Amino acid sequence: MKSKHRHKQKELSKVKSPKDDLAKELRTVKKRSKAKIDETLRQEEEELAALSYREDGTLPMPGEEGEETARTEEGEEAPPTETTVTFAEPEPTEEEQELEDKVKKLKKKKEKVEEEEVSAFEAPPETPRAEPEQKEEEEAVPPAPTTPTSAPEEEAKTPRSMSMKARMKDRLRKAKEEAEAKVEQEAQEERRERRLQRDKQQKLTRFDTDIDEAELERMADERQKQLKVRWKKMGRQAEDRGVFMPTPEEAYDFFTREFEHEPDEEPPKEEVKEEEEKKEEEEEKPEGEEGEEDEEKKKDKKDKPEDEEPLIDADDVDEEGYGMYAWRRPEYDDSKETLDKQMAVLYYPEISTVPPEEKVFGEEKEPRFLEDEGLYVGIRPKMSGWNLNKMEHRLLKERESKLRKGGGNWFGEDGRMLALPDPLRPSPSRPPIPEEQEEGLEVQFQKAIVREFDSRYIDGTPNASGFYQLDIDINSLVFSHHHLFSREHVLANKLNELYDEYVLRRSLNMADYLTEKLKTAKKSALHLREHMAAHKSEHDYADRANFERRLLDYKYQIKTGREMRDREQRRDRELLKQIINIWKELKAERTKQNHINCPEKLTITREEVDKEKDQMIWKMEIEDELEEIREERQEEYERKMAEYNEELKAYQAQQEAKKEAETRKKKRENTKGSKASLGSRASKQSKDNDPSPEEIAKDEEIINEPDYPQPDKPEPPDDTVSRDQIVAKAKEIRRRPGEPKLYLELTNTQTITPTQDCPRGEQSRRDDVSKCKVFVKILFNNKEVSRSDSRPLSQEFKVNFGQIFNLKIVQWPENIILQLYEQRGFSTEMLAELNAKIPDASVSSKSVHLEDMSVECNLKVSHSHNGVGSGVSFPFTIKGLEDTTLITRGKLNCSVGWAVDENGELLVPPSTQITEGVVSAMRRMEGMADPIADLGLDGVNDPEKVAKWLDEKRIDPNDPKYADLFYNYKSKGSDPSSKAPVEYYRLEQLQQEFDFCEDEFIEENRRFKLIKLRDDEVQEFKNYKMVPLQERDIPRDTFMEYDKKKREEEKITDAKDIEAHRQVVSKFMQRVREQVIRRFRRLAHQKCLEDVVSEDAVPNIAMIGTSLLKLTERRRPLRVERKERKKVSAQNLRPEDVSILVSINRAIFVPVRASSQSGATTSRGDETSRQVKNIVGDPLVQPFVEVMFQHVSMRTSVGTGPNPSFNEELKLPFNAPNEDYSPANLQQINENIYLNLFDEVVVDISEDDRQRDTTVHKRIEKKWLGSLTIPFSTVYFNGKIEGTFKLNKPPVLLGYSRDDEEEESLAKRKSDTYISLFVTIEPALQTAEPMKERFTTNESEVLLEYAEKWQAELAGKFPKREFKTSVIDVNGKTVFVTRYLKKLEPPDLVIEMGNSDQNRAEFVARFVSLIPSVSDNVVFPGLCDIWSTCDQFMKWMTGDEEEHAVLLANFFLHMNKETWLVIGTAIPEGPTAYVMTKEGDEFWFWNAGTGEHFSKRDAYCPLQTVGCVINQDNIWGNIQQYQKPSQMTFDLNNKSAWKPFFQSGFSNPGLSSCQPEKLYYKDTNERAVRDLQEKIEQLLKNKIMEWRSRQITRWNRHCTQIMRRLLPNLEQNVGKGADQSHIDELEQSFKSYKVSGFPINLAYSEISSITEAVYSTGVHSQESSDVEFAIAVYIHPYPNDVLSVWVYVASLIRLR
Amino acid sequence: MASSSVFLLMVGGQIETGEFPEFDDIYCKYCFTYGQDWLITSGLEEGLTQVTKKSKDERQIFTWNFPLDITFKSTNPFGWPQCIVQAYGLDAFGTEVVRGYGVCHVPITPGRHKIQIPMFVPESSSQLQKFTAWILGRRPEFIDPRVVASGEGREVTRVRSQGFVTISFNVVMKDMKKLGYDVIPFRSDFIHGPRECRNERHINRNMMKNRSFMMF
Repeated sequence: MKSKHRHKQKELSKVKSPKDDLAKELRTVKKRSKAKIDETLRQEEEELAALSYREDGTLPMPGEEGEETARTEEGEEAPPTETTVTFAEPEPTEEEQELEDKVKKLKKKKEKVEEEEVSAFEAPPETPRAEPEQKEEEEAVPPAPTTPTSAPEEEAKTPRSMSMKARMKDRLRKAKEEAEAKVEQEAQEERRERRLQRDKQQKLTRFDTDIDEAELERMADERQKQLKVRWKKMGRQAEDRGVFMPTPEEAYDFFTREFEHEPDEEPPKEEVKEEEEKKEEEEEKPEGEEGEEDEEKKKDKKDKPEDEEPLIDADDVDEEGYGMYAWRRPEYDDSKETLDKQMAVLYYPEISTVPPEEKVFGEEKEPRFLEDEGLYVGIRPKMSGWNLNKMEHRLLKERESKLRKGGGNWFGEDGRMLALPDPLRPSPSRPPIPEEQEEGLEVQFQKAIVREFDSRYIDGTPNASGFYQLDIDINSLVFSHHHLFSREHVLANKLNELYDEYVLRRSLNMADYLTEKLKTAKKSALHLREHMAAHKSEHDYADRANFERRLLDYKYQIKTGREMRDREQRRDRELLKQIINIWKELKAERTKQNHINCPEKLTITREEVDKEKDQMIWKMEIEDELEEIREERQEEYERKMAEYNEELKAYQAQQEAKKEAETRKKKRENTKGSKASLGSRASKQSKDNDPSPEEIAKDEEIINEPDYPQPDKPEPPDDTVSRDQIVAKAKEIRRRPGEPKLYLELTNTQTITPTQDCPRGEQSRRDDVSKCKVFVKILFNNKEVSRSDSRPLSQEFKVNFGQIFNLKIVQWPENIILQLYEQRGFSTEMLAELNAKIPDASVSSKSVHLEDMSVECNLKVSHSHNGVGSGVSFPFTIKGLEDTTLITRGKLNCSVGWAVDENGELLVPPSTQITEGVVSAMRRMEGMADPIADLGLDGVNDPEKVAKWLDEKRIDPNDPKYADLFYNYKSKGSDPSSKAPVEYYRLEQLQQEFDFCEDEFIEENRRFKLIKLRDDEVQEFKNYKMVPLQERDIPRDTFMEYDKKKREEEKITDAKDIEAHRQVVSKFMQRVREQVIRRFRRLAHQKCLEDVVSEDAVPNIAMIGTSLLKLTERRRPLRVERKERKKVSAQNLRPEDVSILVSINRAIFVPVRASSQSGATTSRGDETSRQVKNIVGDPLVQPFVEVMFQHVSMRTSVGTGPNPSFNEELKLPFNAPNEDYSPANLQQINENIYLNLFDEVVVDISEDDRQRDTTVHKRIEKKWLGSLTIPFSTVYFNGKIEGTFKLNKPPVLLGYSRDDEEEESLAKRKSDTYISLFVTIEPALQTAEPMKERFTTNESEVLLEYAEKWQAELAGKFPKREFKTSVIDVNGKTVFVTRYLKKLEPPDLVIEMGNSDQNRAEFVARFVSLIPSVSDNVVFPGLCDIWSTCDQFMKWMTGDEEEHAVLLANFFLHMNKETWLVIGTAIPEGPTAYVMTKEGDEFWFWNAGTGEHFSKRDAYCPLQTVGCVINQDNIWGNIQQYQKPSQMTFDLNNKSAWKPFFQSGFSNPGLSSCQPEKLYYKDTNERAVRDLQEKIEQLLKNKIMEWRSRQITRWNRHCTQIMRRLLPNLEQNVGKGADQSHIDELEQSFKSYKVSGFPINLAYSEISSITEAVYSTGVHSQESSDVEFAIAVYIHPYPNDVLSVWVYVASLIRLR
Repeated sequence: MASSSVFLLMVGGQIETGEFPEFDDIYCKYCFTYGQDWLITSGLEEGLTQVTKKSKDERQIFTWNFPLDITFKSTNPFGWPQCIVQAYGLDAFGTEVVRGYGVCHVPITPGRHKIQIPMFVPESSSQLQKFTAWILGRRPEFIDPRVVASGEGREVTRVRSQGFVTISFNVVMKDMKKLGYDVIPFRSDFIHGPRECRNERHINRNMMKNRSFMMF
């Protein structure tokens, strides 16, 4: 193979070199051809005329080569032959193919190159010309040369064994030869080319009007064809040169290189080739058709396609590879044998009709035509005749061959091919495609159709498809009375009626039946009695009872049976009498009036009877009856006798008792011998002379008892009486013996007197009757739908309608009314209106029976003639016809039923009505019980009746027949025995079924409990995270705290001592608080728009104006504006982020160490320290501030001097409970920030002076100087606290004193220490929005509305100021604020304490301040301001600033001070209330919480802003520019400074106060106070020892005693520091001690608060062992348990 | 707490696309809310997507494809996590305004879920306010977007619907069944959220067309 490759490559290299030559050659050829064009033009025109036609396909010319349209279906024969040939051709081996591929590729490459050259050389317009030329070559040339070459080709091919190489070479050689031949024909080609061109031009001219796409496509095709042909040609030309074989290198290169080929042109090539093939194939087809006789010729022709065959294959396989393989010699076995073989194999079916005889297969040769025999055969699919025939031929042929092997049969009995019916549908169908809304389609609005009677229509609409029909059959009308009746008619009618009854009774023969029944009952009773008598001994008690009962039953039956029989017999007899009477009457009437009107005639037949026998029966019956009655009476007598005996006994006993009592009484009287008048006194004990009064009373009772009536003895039964009675009765009701039996028969045989013979009156009556006409109107759902013909009334007063009305209905039938009308002359009157029943769904017009409906009419008619009229009375004196006022009545014979259509189906609407269901259910119970028969239709609708009936009938509730009934009636009550409708209903009757579980279960389940409590937002569980899924996972102690709290709440302790009372109060407060919280929680869940949506308010003119002004404002870059800190929402917080910043700037007026003491404190080692300190001077004091929050404390560095400046920022961590930073949670924190000012004292404790140089041994002591407490809530709500605050400082600070100079200069300041600081939370936390909810109120709407307006107006101007008009009282009601102010008398004791006005006021203020204070924020955290009245306040002994202020103001009012309540903000409380009084020209502000007062001008006044001022009459809002009291004017009449609430426009309506008339103070129990005092002291002592458990705590009794003595003085001085004597006294006593200590004053609320206060001073933290302590407690009692607690603590260190 | 009584809910997914006709330059913010018994063990509770311009084709959708990945731990299905989506965009004046709030529960069944959340914005309470809001670019917004995840206080708001955001969730659960919560639906082809995606419908329609082609 390798050598082959090499060889090929060599050849290829050769090819390359002649390439240029080839190009030149081409050029010359082209040029030549161009030159020839003009010369040969005419000649070619002639030649091509035919061809051009052929190309269009308009004129196919058989026999000639050219294209043939595919229309010819007959050409089917051709392909099989061809295919066989193709298969006969040997397949090239793979190797071969490879080689061929190579060759082809090489060729192509060359072609490409050539093509490029050609296109380069040729001028653009010429290319199309050249192409057709080449195409023509293809078409024209091949046939000519191939035929001769076929033979040698064959030769070359046939030897299969030939080596590959040789074969290759052979092929190449052949190709070369062919190419040579082609070149020779080039001239010819050129001619053709021109021909084609002209052809094209022709086409253009022909179709130039519309060059359609097909045309263009064809042209394109053609072009491609031409291109391809050109390729081939080129290839041939190349081969022509004889230098084709590529060198192996070239071949290799060829395979490895990437060639650019033209993929665009290749696929069409295939098509072209295929087309060509087709053409060629088709060329032969006509030949095939021509017949098989010239087989030889056809074979010859087939050479041509054979020749092309490989080309086709090649193209099919690979577009690249086989391009030029076409030149292989066709392989065709032309030998005779092959032909023969072919002949044996091939078969050409004919198209002629196959005679049916051939097709019929089997024994009988005659075809059967099933269709003719009447069998359905279906429609056969259509087939064209020829195809069918061919198929038949084929099948027959096949059968011939198959018969030998036993093949199947394809033909039916009718001689036709077996075929299934045509499976195709006549119309085309597609699978449904879901409709898509087209964009362009428009939806049109169609107005809604309003249906008027939606529910009334059966199918919803009037024109629905349902077809329902009611048939109303009106048959006839018979009047039982008519106003035109004559008297005779009336009688006859009556006779008729009675006769009807008679006949009915006869047929029933109730009397006989009952007689028989009676007989049987008697017999049974007798039998039973006999049985009982016979077997008396055998039966036990139960049996006997049973028999007795049965016997009684029989007796009862006999009795009732006889009564019934008697009744029947009586009726029979009466009826008989009546009929005979009437008949007599009628006869009399007829004779009287001399003519006969009605045909009734009564015939009485009598039957003679045997009198003897009758007598016998009669007597027997009477005896029988008599016997029974006698028996009955006997029984009754016995019973009565028994009763009588009973009664008699009782009577006698009573009589006896009475007698005895009487005697006793008498005896008593006798023995006593006194007062018989008392009479009824009697007693057993009277014998004993001591009759107890009870006994006497008893006797009295007995005597006074009403006597039992003397019983009457019953009469024994009298036989004679009964017998007479029976005989009389029998005579009355029975046929007497011997009396003939009467049988009646009424016939209509009486001839009626003709009209002309009648008297005038009768004539006119008959005339009237004949004039009278009746018709019926039919109303369906109250609408007339039909009316009958008016029919004349017959002389017998009958109307025959005989009409059936068909009503097609579309509405549900509600009612069917038949109206009877009577026409007399011109007047028409309605006689009656009948309600026909709407038939059941099962009632068809065929099955329904005609029913009589009674007609009654109250029409009053009277006639002058013989007619009796109607509704009017007429004289009639016949026995048995008492009512002589007869009204028209009759019977209408009619029926209503559902129609039946022709299919026998009922035209009834589908009904689901329940009532019908019930009725039909009842109907179904035929045989056993029919409730309708028993109760009537009305009764059926009464559930109670039905229920009763159900009970009576004892219907099996399990019987499915009655399921409906029971469902409807029994389901209403839960208890089946009580049928009465239930008289209650349940609101949520299914609640129980939907209950998740029992409530108890939830209660018991800890998990559910926890979830529930959390949902209720109970404080402890509000933020409980991750409630465990399993109950067992819940910690056991979860509820401990909560339960404990609960228990405590429930426990109510008596307020015996003061502390207990406080506890109660605090509990009460807790409860109020929780209630309020609950209330607010509810409110918090009601949100308004502002809570949910943040939206800019509508800008008003002012806003726009200011914003515009801002625009015009000058920019002031140096003016720094404070920016609001951004609030951080709770969600974004993490605990470590939050802290409290306390920035301490400085402190002023810090007390300095007393000089006298300072020496003492530093007595040891003074020298050294002085040496150091002398430079800067002795330190007066070294203060520092310690801040404590949440048990974390931080301190500043030590400052120096009495006015130190710290400028330090302390950052304390803040942890919210449960790590919940939501406002709701934060506002409930009630922790405080404690700031303590200490003096740091360094004590040198070096024992040894010698070490002083080298060793420092000092002790640092901190001495408490004062404290400040800021609630967290204040910081939280205000965001920040900034300012200078007064420190809480003990009045006496042992060891410290004022800096003398300062004290002088600021004498007024006394001993106050101030600290300036700034506290805030970092980052700023979101504060809760204040509640805006309006509470219920007793105030008038007008007032509140005005208040709101007033407030809103002011708030608009001064948004930061607080204006208060209404507050909430403890009941949660809104109360107008002025109501709180009222004169109230302070306790006398307090007043008496003071000696001047001011002093008194101060004492009052002190009293008020001693009432413990709890901030509202703590009680009702952040919720709202709840004000309690003064008495509540005094009772609870707690309250916030407002309550203190109100109380103080009220006291001041009583003291005739000009007093106002000031609402504003102060430090550190934040929003608060102060009391303002007018003292001369000055205004004082009182802090009711501390009892201090400040002047208006005081710069250190803690009141920072004033919002409004309130007194009992009015409110003034501050509308001044400034809000700091010192900058304000308090002239309330100044309208420009103060805006009053009540003014000329809205005056005070005279609001009454909500405060009590008077406060009642209870005296404080001195003893309890003393006890408490001792208790506290003891406790504190213990505590201190506990706190300093590391050291021994020694108590200095002496000091304690002194302090105890001093404390009351402090109280006297109202806490304003002690006078110097106090200190002197102490100092005197403890000269040898270093004393440091101080008294603390507290309002008493709880002991724990006292201990805490002591602890915070840090007195105990004296670490030295030689320290002694002193503690004294003094409680000063004020009225109403207001206690001032003084605690004096001191530490003493002995000076050495 | 015993680990046995905790189940885990792992949620992955994407904020895929949004449809906000007439608007452009939209970004989303999402956050999860959940009950008290729930805890995030990993993943981000809140997130912010990039700003997206709408696509140029006729669909005009915003595609974020912003991944969500969060894992919850819980003891109680009460307070099942909800995903709140807020869309913001620039208005005509370039100010940033809210374009929609939407919420959906994290699917309660494991598997892949695609949910299209209809979005809405609070309406101005009056025409005048509407105008000023438009002028100033300060449209009403919810103070706390979590309000859309709860029923409380919703009755006071008036909202307008605009746009959709499509989120896909891939939910995996652990120990749910163990603790007695059976959330696997009877049918595996679980219905998606409020509305099928319109895009999907497009596809469906196209598919239908194709199918019909195939039939012929």
